[in-house]
Amino acid sequence: MLAERHINKIIDKLGYERHDDFSERRKIFIIFILLGLVILAGVISLTLGAYNISVDLVYKTLFIHLTMGDISSISKLHNTIIWDIRFPRLILAISVGGALAIAGAVFQSVFRNPLVEPYILGVSSGAAFGAALGILFHSIFFSIQIFAFIFATLAVVFAYSLARVRGQTPIVTLILAGVIVGSIFSALVSFLKYIANDSALREIVFWLMGGFYYASWNDVIMLTPMVLIGFIILWSLAWKLNILSMGDEEARTLGVSPEKNKAIVIAIATAVTAFSVSLVGIIAWVGLMMPHASRLLLGPDNRFVIPACFLMGAFYLLVCDTLARTITMTEIPIGIITSLLGAPYLCYLLRNKGKSILG
Amino acid sequence: MLHISDLSFRYTQKPILSDVSFSVEPGQLCGLFGPNGSGKTTLFKCCLRFLPIEQGSIRMNSVDVSSRSVEELAKTVAYVPQEHKPPFPYLSREVVLMGRTPHIKGFFGIKRQDKQIARDAMDQLNILDIADEPYNQLSGGQRQMVLMARAIAQDTPLLFLDEPTSALDFQNQMKIWGLMEDIVAEGKTILACSHDPNHVAWFCDKVIVISNHGIVGEGMPDETINQDILDRIYHNTCSVCSNSGVPMVMPKKVALRMENY
Repeated sequence: MLAERHINKIIDKLGYERHDDFSERRKIFIIFILLGLVILAGVISLTLGAYNISVDLVYKTLFIHLTMGDISSISKLHNTIIWDIRFPRLILAISVGGALAIAGAVFQSVFRNPLVEPYILGVSSGAAFGAALGILFHSIFFSIQIFAFIFATLAVVFAYSLARVRGQTPIVTLILAGVIVGSIFSALVSFLKYIANDSALREIVFWLMGGFYYASWNDVIMLTPMVLIGFIILWSLAWKLNILSMGDEEARTLGVSPEKNKAIVIAIATAVTAFSVSLVGIIAWVGLMMPHASRLLLGPDNRFVIPACFLMGAFYLLVCDTLARTITMTEIPIGIITSLLGAPYLCYLLRNKGKSILG
Repeated sequence: MLHISDLSFRYTQKPILSDVSFSVEPGQLCGLFGPNGSGKTTLFKCCLRFLPIEQGSIRMNSVDVSSRSVEELAKTVAYVPQEHKPPFPYLSREVVLMGRTPHIKGFFGIKRQDKQIARDAMDQLNILDIADEPYNQLSGGQRQMVLMARAIAQDTPLLFLDEPTSALDFQNQMKIWGLMEDIVAEGKTILACSHDPNHVAWFCDKVIVISNHGIVGEGMPDETINQDILDRIYHNTCSVCSNSGVPMVMPKKVALRMENY
């Protein structure tokens, strides 16, 4: 196959010789295939939508934009739908999916627990509280997104400092602190829901279910570079992440300072999660499921799990979001779809492959 | 190579080690010997700065460990812990490769050379057949061999081994002791704790016996593993015999049987 030969050439250039490193070559090959899948899903997703536009017109519009050509040959309506609605939404879904998935992989490694998800330290409840404040008291808390982000970060900082005793942050205390902070913010969200009027309540509930309804280029510009930077840093720390997942004492004997490195990776993973959540609401399951799926495919080595996770998360959210906006006349909140599709998949993983992912 | 002076450590109120002083010279295979709960592992953990010491000083290569960063320390000393099981199914060769971490620089710094060193370490221990098996699904003894290979791959002048043979069969125990003798022959230094007085007496260059928070004996193995010290730490349960010059520690009952024979 032509594609296979090309990928093999690229892998050669990366310095992996053919006669050895066989399994690592295979892993890189799989990552390239995942990249292809994401692109394919994006290409198909772009042509689908409530408003019917012919396939060639979609690509023509896209081509003109990407080559900086003259856009006036496309009708304004079509241009808006394709370039200002569908395309940013697609990029946003890819960014958020990737962000949540790598954050999940990082948290699972650092906490040495395969059942941890990115919301474990209270990011989601903090963000929910901030968003609910923004919805309810719009005159004071002027931006839902900014306050969701502020409170998401605040929740994690709070949990982290709660768990820090004498310069150490034991994992069990950290998880417990996350649960505590999460439940406090959940209670506060419940209180805000209780005092909210009907339309505000409806808005809060919708926000909590997550969605890309209002995706715009502004969101993309805010989120995507952050996620890419976070991804690159975390990827570069992937080997250290492997060492951290062996435990604190092991990490120290191998020359990786657990306190310093844990703080760095948790901070980055939290930042990308908080950014995503504050823009699109709470989307469950991606961060829990994708790390498992990539470990199943590629083994636990984070040097491969992180990029695979990013691509799988991106693919999954892209598919879910396309379904969310196309299967019925009105949009379904994406959180519902990710959970409905995700739960049976994880169930399958646990029943059939539990041993190979959980050891 | 390793100098410890007046080391004391306590867990809140309970003293574990008090005023422990000894030193290990370069190229020595030093055995750390003592009953359960006498503080052998604690001593290792103090030296590796996992635990904050109450007083005293620990010097490796004539540098105080408290002034060393985690990265520097990992280039000086490798540690084989007693038992641990990571939650993720890393392959054995990946675990051994982790031993190269202190020497890895830069972004994606794992080089072919590091992989080769890891491979050689596994080859040296004859465990290449489990290289592609998930580490956390191996038996306790196999895991111990993998950790030993990791310590060799880490390539440090000093090695701390916490009961490296506790889960091994007889053949592998001898393999590990033989390997330790090879390692010190290269000029490296080993501090290994063991529960088998015979192993310590047969293979070590020096023995340190700790009990009751302190050192009760120190010196050449055939002088240190004697009736008096064993009676003190094991409460009259064993006797030291000599079989044409080779010391042999046996349970008292068995030794009696020999005399009656």
